[in-house]
Amino acid sequence: MSVLEVEHLRVEFGTENGPVIAVKDVSFTLEKGEILSLVGESGCGKSTVAMSIPRLLGDSHVTLGGSVHLNGVDLSAYSEKRMQEVRGKEISVVFQEPMTSLNPAYTVGNQISEVLLQHEGLSRRAALARAVELLELVGIPDAQRRTAAFPHELSGGMRQRVMIAIAVACNPLVLIADEPTTALDVTIQAGVLDIFRRLRDNLGTSIVLITHDLGVVADIADRVAIMYAGRIVEMASTAEIFAAPTHPYTRGLLGALPSRAIMQANGRRRLTDIPGLVPSPSTDPDQCQFAPRCASASIECTAARPTAEPVAVGHTVSCYHPAVGAML
Amino acid sequence: MLQRVITSIVTLFLASIVVFVGVRLLPGDPALVLAGETADPAVVAAIREQFGLNQPIWIQYFNYVGQALQGNFGVSTRDRIPVAEILLQRLPITLELAGLAILVGVLIGLTAGIVSAVKRGSFADYAANAFGLIGLSVPHFWLGMLAILFFAINLQVLPASGYVAFTEDPGENLRRMILPALVLGTGLSAVLMRQTRAALLGQLSADYVRTARSKGVSRSREVKHALRNSLTTVVTVLGLQLGALIGGAIITEQIFVIPGFGKLIIDAVSARNYPVLQGAVLVAVTGYVLVNLAVDIAYAYLNPRMRLAGGAR
Amino acid sequence: MSQKLITAKRKTVSSIPRPRWQRVVRRFARRPMAVTGLILVVGFVLFALLGPILLSDPNQQDFAAILQTPSLAHLLGTDDLGRDVFARIANGARVSLMAGVMSTALALIIGITIGLITGFYRGWVDVIVMRIVDVMLAFPFLIFAVGLAAILGASLTNVIIALAVSQVPEVIRIARGEAMAIREQEFVSGAVADGARDGTIMFRYIAPNAMGAFIVQATVAIPAAIIGEATLSFLGLGVQPPMSSWGIMLTSAQQYLAQAPYLALFPGIAIALTALGFNLLGDGLRDVLDPKETR
Repeated sequence: MSVLEVEHLRVEFGTENGPVIAVKDVSFTLEKGEILSLVGESGCGKSTVAMSIPRLLGDSHVTLGGSVHLNGVDLSAYSEKRMQEVRGKEISVVFQEPMTSLNPAYTVGNQISEVLLQHEGLSRRAALARAVELLELVGIPDAQRRTAAFPHELSGGMRQRVMIAIAVACNPLVLIADEPTTALDVTIQAGVLDIFRRLRDNLGTSIVLITHDLGVVADIADRVAIMYAGRIVEMASTAEIFAAPTHPYTRGLLGALPSRAIMQANGRRRLTDIPGLVPSPSTDPDQCQFAPRCASASIECTAARPTAEPVAVGHTVSCYHPAVGAML
Repeated sequence: MLQRVITSIVTLFLASIVVFVGVRLLPGDPALVLAGETADPAVVAAIREQFGLNQPIWIQYFNYVGQALQGNFGVSTRDRIPVAEILLQRLPITLELAGLAILVGVLIGLTAGIVSAVKRGSFADYAANAFGLIGLSVPHFWLGMLAILFFAINLQVLPASGYVAFTEDPGENLRRMILPALVLGTGLSAVLMRQTRAALLGQLSADYVRTARSKGVSRSREVKHALRNSLTTVVTVLGLQLGALIGGAIITEQIFVIPGFGKLIIDAVSARNYPVLQGAVLVAVTGYVLVNLAVDIAYAYLNPRMRLAGGAR
Repeated sequence: MSQKLITAKRKTVSSIPRPRWQRVVRRFARRPMAVTGLILVVGFVLFALLGPILLSDPNQQDFAAILQTPSLAHLLGTDDLGRDVFARIANGARVSLMAGVMSTALALIIGITIGLITGFYRGWVDVIVMRIVDVMLAFPFLIFAVGLAAILGASLTNVIIALAVSQVPEVIRIARGEAMAIREQEFVSGAVADGARDGTIMFRYIAPNAMGAFIVQATVAIPAAIIGEATLSFLGLGVQPPMSSWGIMLTSAQQYLAQAPYLALFPGIAIALTALGFNLLGDGLRDVLDPKETR
């Protein structure tokens, strides 16, 4: 049984200018100790997927569809009260912005203890002692003293380590990391990714890693799901994706991946060298959404939406014209 | 922090000059007022001599400040009672009124602000917003008249005016302070409600609240996170509103005939009672400046980032 | 390349760009509270301008009809001298309008000029001006206004001056802050590089871009000034009888609170509705003009 099973997830936001369907139809599974990466351009809905699994999207103007199973239990049926028992305990999140994701008015130790007090029934003293251990676990030197620090006294990388310490405090089954390294310097990124790898290896944590950085994917992910316009268009093991990408969009993304030399010079990597516009998120016509930007598009691409079909073991793609073989 | 203290002292020093000069710019000759309209010039001259009014103004000022720093604010021109004595007698009355009004304002304002931000879009939110807007739009003195009309004249449950010292009869003192405190506190609570709501709404959508939510804490814990960061706004507003509170106290004391500081100032203006006016305004301004200094210090305490910056300076 | 994609994407989300003011009007019109405020304010202005012309003489005394309750002959009743309350409220509206608008206009003109100059040049001018502002702000608003009104003597003109001066420090602070912030923006440094004169930069570049803040400040200051005028007049330091002001009407109503409560009711309602109108309008404008504080 998979640890996490997401089926036909759909997320719709009500806005002043009408509904926006950020996630149209997303299904995937996550196994124990697996690192699955959701990849796509900004606006493709990958962060919304991440936030909707623990239902962190807020209450108003959001309509959720589909189901999320955790160890076979359907979370969609859970009340808000029961979800509180899941959040931080079984599913926890590391957010993209380490600078703003910690409360500026509380000490680091306090903020780590909070989650332990909430779920583990520890005493204040025991929680604080555990917080020191957790800070050591995520590689923060002088952990004892750091528990008394306020977030503004720490660097961005340190804060992200604190965020991870909070997320793993209760040994969650699933850790959702939403672009955890995007706001960090390249030199610090590697260290943070290393923590994720160690968590997976030592504690068997399953991780959903949201990123637009293919370098990060290649570094750490076991499996990759490529998202485009609110749907997963291709899913395969990391090795397979890089060796034999089949969806034209995936190939576009990989083609846009600059050589390592350029990557190191720029520090940041972007995957946006595909001509055309991202489709409007307010409509969902029955066609391949990538067709208007696709070089191999034909009449059938705009006639009906392609379904996910296997092209190899553990490799599915939603395309009428899957490419074969490695890229040049 | 030290710099802030020095700034406050300089401001107070300059303000004292403004008060001193301002009082002397008031039309009317205090010596004439004191001697009576028909007094002969010799009496007027003698009074001038006695109060030092014949000296150059800057000498009068330095004499005054020198004495004031030692607690001597001169004597009232009306009844020759030392001003310091009058101030000490009136100050507690206004402090009680202001204290009760702040209590009312904070209780109502903070509660309404929190409820309306947390239950945004609910009936309670609309009700609190309506209260905030109306409280902001209604002048103190009219509210006071309405309160007297309703509670004292129609229902006859509370006295319309008058003051009884707390030491004399605590129960009666509070009974007579209820309406003035409510009237004075309403304006404050309206402003506090609006500012608390705005600050809390801003903080509730902050990333760190989402982090708290991701930890699985209850809604009330989430609000606590946000509230902790809204308190700086609340304290700042409270400090700034003190000015409005002093102004409101003047009016409220006038309407409910409470012999406090506000009434003292208005009476002194009409009687051209320079020493009393000077002393009262100076004390009021000093209190205002000191409270705002205290607010800045509290602000630093509530906001760890400020604390660090302040310590480094 | 990536830049191109980002701008292109924006276009699909938002519609064709429209002139700014048109969007502001549309967003404003979508807020019922803001529109209510605008209606109240327009109604108040019309009442102040037309009321005294259309209604009977506010100083016409009729000792055969004193302290009459509202009736068809006197819609809001008569006061202790038999004067028509409605006519006097209309006249009071004119006083309120003058006091509110003129004192605020005066405060804005003086405050914006000083604030822009100090915020633009900084240096010792700024230090001195801000010291003065600090000292003025050390006085609670009403004490300052009461003091000024007492020094100047009780009259409508002096009330306007007293309220204007009392409001100036706040305006200076706002204008100075705006000037310092906008000064650093690219289009201003561009103009500086093009050799534009300081005055041009301050009043052609900075002032128009700070207009939103000034308009919002005006909608806060006008009701404060209207209540300020009523308060000063109520204390006997403002407009003098027989001229009518809402504050004066309430002063005399105080003596007849038990016999003729309506005397206290109507002028107060007039003040509250007017202030409410401006406050609603101000809230609406703040929402529309200042996207930082969206609610």
